[in-house]
Amino acid sequence: MAYQLLRFALSREHPEPRMFRRPDRLKSSYDVVIIGGGGHGLSSAYYLARDHGIRNVAVLERGYIGGGNTGRNTTIIRSNYLTPEGVAFYDESVRLWQDLSADFDLNLFYANRGHFTLAHTDSAVRTMRWRAEVNKHLGVDSELVGPDAVKAASPQIDITCGGHAPILGALYHAPGSIARHDAVAWGYGRGADRRGVEIHQKTEVTAIDVQGGKVRGVHTNQGYIATNKVLCAVAGFTPRVTHMVGLTTPIYVHPLQAMVSEPMKPWLDPILVSGSLHIYVSQSARGELVMGASLDPYEVQSTRSTLDFVEGLSAHMLDMFPFLSNVRVNRQWAGMADMTPDFAPILGKTPVEGFYLDAGWGTCGFKATPVCGKTMSYTVANDRNHPLIEGFNLSRFETYQLTGEKGAASVGH
Amino acid sequence: MKLLTCPVNGPRPVSEFVYGGEVRPMPASDCSDPEWARYVFHRSGIPGIKIEWWYHTASGTWFHAERDVVADRVIRTWLPGEGSMEVGGA
Repeated sequence: MAYQLLRFALSREHPEPRMFRRPDRLKSSYDVVIIGGGGHGLSSAYYLARDHGIRNVAVLERGYIGGGNTGRNTTIIRSNYLTPEGVAFYDESVRLWQDLSADFDLNLFYANRGHFTLAHTDSAVRTMRWRAEVNKHLGVDSELVGPDAVKAASPQIDITCGGHAPILGALYHAPGSIARHDAVAWGYGRGADRRGVEIHQKTEVTAIDVQGGKVRGVHTNQGYIATNKVLCAVAGFTPRVTHMVGLTTPIYVHPLQAMVSEPMKPWLDPILVSGSLHIYVSQSARGELVMGASLDPYEVQSTRSTLDFVEGLSAHMLDMFPFLSNVRVNRQWAGMADMTPDFAPILGKTPVEGFYLDAGWGTCGFKATPVCGKTMSYTVANDRNHPLIEGFNLSRFETYQLTGEKGAASVGH
Repeated sequence: MKLLTCPVNGPRPVSEFVYGGEVRPMPASDCSDPEWARYVFHRSGIPGIKIEWWYHTASGTWFHAERDVVADRVIRTWLPGEGSMEVGGA
């Protein structure tokens, strides 16, 4: 081991990257170019190659694989949404998640924990009941439970939350899970790479060539690529890319911050979410509490993080778990969330022929990674929107047919 | 604590303010439905320096700010009608 390390320290030759190749240079043309090497872009590439036989594909990533919102979320997977479109879509995703580790031959640390959305007010209880009934109707395992069930699943909780926000009930969603987010990007990346897809990191798209309303090619900092199909899967960078093809969208960008505590012995089994206290929290396999909150209240297009966020979130965590007062916060960070007016994503074909959008994920993108790859690869391969994404097209805003998912966003915004 | 300068009350903690979004010109009332839908829903999401609405909650003051949304830096603030509505104006 030591000899090997020494050898590579002295040599210009390095061992092969573990998960995928690093192609030297771009080819002059590809059948499909995917902008964004996060979970969504890589899973779309994976299913394009695996299910549709389209292997002449380049994934362009301006940074490194999974370094954007794929590596910045709080890894919660659930399907207890509010609209029938949302529930059907995320339910398919949860199904795909469950055998993804076997599919990749890679341990994603997929852990089924159960998911409580706590209700502290009568109106929140009403929304939870509404979601439970929509979910049950569509065959998704959700139910309204009382405070006793919350206390039984998480005995450390102060059920009154310091006396000022007593928990009146919760939406319990048994399939709620967490997974290791980096591994998801690596698994899809490796699977796509093995099937011939090229992954180009540090390759930034600078312009998109559109002629006569059709995509013709992509300009990058590594040269020009001719292609008729471009899939844009860049999360908070979406408005910059749609601007390149002359499209406007309802997307606006706010930072979403998160933080983790120092590691502890396992004590928190379920995933807990409180809309009123603006918290979602789970304990990772490493023992850290992974905590998130609501969006920053105004537009900022950078990943700066703030002390206000740590103070506010910590205060609310102590309302729920007073015994954490001596626990340290280890890290905090931010991602750029591309929000839409109805809190549902924007997926599928656009008025520009050959330009496909996988965007508007806001605070919900990680859990959709598998189903988004499945449906977007179908859409790109057939130039026809997959039935599961019909409710999420960009055209819904022009016809005022919104898909209102705000009530199922993780916390109140 | 980040400070924002209210044109009436001076520098105050940003937590006293509510963001009102970018200033966008309203189309004429006889515009087409899709044009109106674009005005209602679409945004110029690209980064840059923008003219925005802000509201000081404590005093009930609506005002404008010119702000760099990448660096989160406020360049100037003014009451409606009392300053230029152009980026880089005064």
